[in-house]
Formats: sequence, C-alpha cells, structure tokens
Amino acid sequence: MIKKKTPKERRIILKHADDPSYSNKISCYLKNDGYSMLKKAFKMKPEQIGEEVLKSGVRGRGGAGFPAGMKWKFLDRKSGKPIYLICNADESEPGTFKDRQIIYKDPHQLIEGMMIAAYAIQAKQAFIYIRAEFFEGARILENAIAEAKSKNFCGENILGSKFSCDLIVHRGAGAYICGEETGLIESLEGKRPNPRIKPPYFPAVLGLYQCPTIVNNVETLCNVKHILEIGGEEFSKIGKPNNTGTRIWCVSGHVQKPGYYEFECGALTLGEMIYDVCGGLLPGRTLKAVIPGGSSSKILRADERFTGKLKDGTDFDWGIEDIPLDFDGPASAGSMSGSGGIIVMDNSVDMVEAMANINAFYAHESCGQCTPCREGSLWMRKITKRMCSGDAREEDADLLLSVANQIEGRTICAFGEAAAWPTQSFIAKFRDEFEEKAKGDSNKPTLQLI
Amino acid sequence: MELSLETLKKIDEVIPKYPEKRSAALMVIHFVQDELGSISDETCSWIAEKLDLEPINIKELITFYPMLRETPWGKKHIRVCRTLPCALRGSYKTCKVLEEKLGVMEGHVREDGEFSIEFMECLADCGEGPVVMVDEQTFENIEGKKAEEFAELILEEKLDSSKSFTSYEDALVSNNSKSKKSQNK
Repeated sequence: MIKKKTPKERRIILKHADDPSYSNKISCYLKNDGYSMLKKAFKMKPEQIGEEVLKSGVRGRGGAGFPAGMKWKFLDRKSGKPIYLICNADESEPGTFKDRQIIYKDPHQLIEGMMIAAYAIQAKQAFIYIRAEFFEGARILENAIAEAKSKNFCGENILGSKFSCDLIVHRGAGAYICGEETGLIESLEGKRPNPRIKPPYFPAVLGLYQCPTIVNNVETLCNVKHILEIGGEEFSKIGKPNNTGTRIWCVSGHVQKPGYYEFECGALTLGEMIYDVCGGLLPGRTLKAVIPGGSSSKILRADERFTGKLKDGTDFDWGIEDIPLDFDGPASAGSMSGSGGIIVMDNSVDMVEAMANINAFYAHESCGQCTPCREGSLWMRKITKRMCSGDAREEDADLLLSVANQIEGRTICAFGEAAAWPTQSFIAKFRDEFEEKAKGDSNKPTLQLI
Repeated sequence: MELSLETLKKIDEVIPKYPEKRSAALMVIHFVQDELGSISDETCSWIAEKLDLEPINIKELITFYPMLRETPWGKKHIRVCRTLPCALRGSYKTCKVLEEKLGVMEGHVREDGEFSIEFMECLADCGEGPVVMVDEQTFENIEGKKAEEFAELILEEKLDSSKSFTSYEDALVSNNSKSKKSQNK
C-alpha cells in the first residue's frame, strides 16, 4: 500500500478564526479586505447573486444539505409580502460546534454574508436566531452589527443605495427544536417552537408572519460571501461534484485531538480524519463506532463493510475508514453527514449506555406536539435507562425498535426521524449488546454515560 | 415587581425593533430574568401587558423553554453538559464532583442560595468536553482531577483570578485563544 500524505486543511470560512493577531473588531475585518464583497454585490443585480449561488452548488450546512441556491429560488416573490432572512445560529445538534467559531471569532464575516444574501433575496429585515447559551456570542454579534451600521454596511440605505435591511440578534432559550426551521420561525414569532407542517408551510412561501422567508445556517451564509469572491463556477470546482466547497467538520469523543477542521468536501476519508488529523484513538483503545453527522445520524460500526453503487454508477466496498467525508459519503454508508458533527466511540463504551444517553436527549427535547414523538421518545428513554439499571429484559431490543419504528415518518417535523434513527441503527448494529444486558452482565462499564 | 431603569430602557428599545410586538417576547423575558432571576406570575402579567398579550402567552413560554425560570437558580449557577460527546469525556463524573464539593444536587439550589447546578443538554462546544459553564463563562476540558480543583476555586471565589482555568470567553479577549488552549491540555 502506498502511504498517502495527510490531507491538508483548506480554510476558507475559518481562514482567520485562529490567527492570534486577528480580532472580532471591524477594524481588523476591514484590514483583511472585509466588506469588499458587499460592495461588489451592490454593483450586481440581486438575481445575479442568486445565480452565482445556484451555480456554486453550495448545499446547506445545517444538516439537511439542501442546495442553498435552490432554496432561494423557491422564494415566493409574487405575493408582494415582505421577505425575511433568518440566520439559524441555534447550533443545537449534539456534536456540532462550528458556528460558535464563526460567531465568536469572525462575526463580520457572517454579517457580510447575511447582508449580501439579504440584498440578493431583497429581504426587508434579517434576524440572527442564536442559542441562548452563547451569552457572549450574542453580545459580540450586537457589537459587530453596531459597528457595521456605523459604517453603513447594514441598516438604512446600505452603502448609499436605496436598499435597507436591519439586522436583529434574537436569543433563543435552550430548546433544541428551535434548530428546526419552522420551529425557529414560531419561536421568533414569540410562541412555543412547535414546528409547522409542510406543505403548506414551506418558509420560502409561508414563513415568518406567513411571509416568504429564507432560513440559512451560519456556515452557509458565510459561504455566500466566498461564492461572490471566487465566483459560482469556480466555487463549484472546490470539493467534488454535488459536494462543493469546504466543510467544517467537528470531531468529538474518543480521539487524541478533538476539534474543528475545515476541508474541501471529499478531500479526506473518515479514517484519515480520525487517525491522521485527530491523532488517532486514546492509548490502548480500539475503534468501536462512529456517529458521523451529529447525534441524530445513524451510527456506523467499526467492523462493518459498506457496499453498494455510487450515484455515478461505480461500485463501492468500504470499511468505516474508507468513507469519504462529504455529503454523499456518509449517506452512501446508510447514514448522513448531517451537521458535520463526528462523534467517535472506542471500546470503553457500553452501547446500551450510549443509547440511553442519546434517548435522554431526545426525550428532553421533543416539543410534545405529535403523540408518537412525545410518547415514544419518553418510552425509549425509560426502557434504555431501565436496561442500564440492571433490569434489562430479553424483549427490550425488539420493544425499542417497535417504538422507534412507530415514530419515524409519523410526525410533523424531522425530529421524529432524529429521535428514531439512533435507536434503529444502534439495535441494527449492536443488537448483541442489547441482548447481552438481559443476561445480566457482571462487568459494569467504567465510563458512565447515563 | 421592580425593574431598574436600565432594564426598562432595554425593553422599550427592543420591542419596536420587531415587525410584530409579540416577537419580542423571548428577548423581553431574557432582560427581565437577567435582573430578577425568574419570572413570577406577576411578572408574567406585566410582560404580557407590555406586549399586548394575555399572561398565558408568556407563561407558556416560561414553562416550555429550558432556560426560562419560574424560580431562581443560585447566586452562582453552574451548567454541566450532559450530552453524549461530553459524557464520553467524563461529564457524569464531573457533575458528581461538583455536586459533592458544592454541596448541592444537580437540578437544585443549595439551601443558602449560593450555588445551583444544572446537568443540561448540549452546550455546543463538544470538542473540548466536559464543558462547564459558570454563569455566563464557558470552561473546557473539566474532567476528573481538574474538576476537583475547579470546584475548589468556585468555592473560594477564586476562579476568575485563577491561572489554571481561563474561560473560552476570556481567552478570546486576550486574543490568543489557540496558545492558551494548548497550554491547558
């Protein structure tokens, strides 16, 4: 085997984030050519910007991976109602901590991206919906917006044009469901964040105040700035076809060097990420499983083989280490790249405990609107918790599976899937451990997860 | 119920920013809770009136969102992340150490009102777990032995001046987050 060189990070979004001489002040941003793309944008027609974003092929970085340019195209411009732009900065998917780096270290990049996007879609008002745990992050954004306003990059008559768009920082209050775009919209309207049913409530048609609304993730909106800089066509050559641009991968769990790493899409495999970039596993441990795209994505077992046909017709036969890190790779392996949160687990993990931990999260975060999710998530927590308290039963694996299967596809929003997929995949891949529990295992795990 | 002029000013400034008044609800609740520590029924009614709403429209928010409170937390509120990535790094042990040292169980306020601990869901800093927030400051990699020292410093009110623990927020201000972080590891 030829030893490949460790792939190198390509930082576009996080170019300046960890530069010790860089700060989140506007003076620093301007010194680094900041807001020059906003100036460029205002010399273009709004539709032209939309075209560039479409050409770039950039896919949403929040989790679903829907092409951003397409989302913008769906906007109902005929209704005559005001258009709103919302930045989803709720960063709520467990395992994800990329938007934090942008908000705290380079807030003007986000504001510039947002103002370009607002001009492109002709939004009347823009919002940043930020998770409430980012106390300082909200203050940093407030200050940055004030700075941007004072330089006329935001607010009334931006850059002396006829276009005005104000930007409001709106704090959430600790609810995961606010990361779901229609739940977020309800929350921003001052209500409980119960998601809305699609159709008819596609935000691009019936969003905030029943007006056309675009909700984009922080990283996606930052990309808009770079698409203008690089050009849509050129941007589409970064990464791989259908997987364009860079992605910020967040690695957590049992690796030597957890952290956030920005790579061109498809530039490296999961194995390279774990062993080369993150320094491998902790001493003496072996890889057991990886959750590749935030806690909602399906778990991958270290010793399984992933086979099938790729979109281009070629056959693949991968071990876990061979899975390419882009949008399509984890999807081909039966999971998803989601929000880019890679959670690594070694052989110290009791899979039933890990399952119980995840189930406790979803039970806590279900909004309670749909019965299958509200009741099902609580039962899944109860069952797995009982299993970890020395009271596991032989039928538990099947019972859990039946509950999960009755949630999936029966709820208003994708939270139902997010809650069901972990259970379905844990049981599909680690059924032996669930059944072992019922036999009363004597070796209690040292790492407590529930 | 009495609010400072500063809070009242913030409230009056934030409401007209929104296209519709009701949208300001969460922000107004945050401002009030920041000062009073929690939202009583009386406060609920006051906020509702401010926004031309019924008290139930505010109450339903307080009772839904995990960070909104009907009773106050302690003077110092400690949030320990419970979710999987932090748990894989030992957050259950961290929480236990803090509970024992500070003399209060998670989800509760110590009898004298000094401390409270919340074992809460994801704090979005999963690469540096276990993550612990002390009021509005975020501390990273608080595991095992470090958790004990950390708890001692909280007890002695010396966390702010401690050289062993720099919060994520302070590290940013001193503008060398990268070098400090690596020293801590």
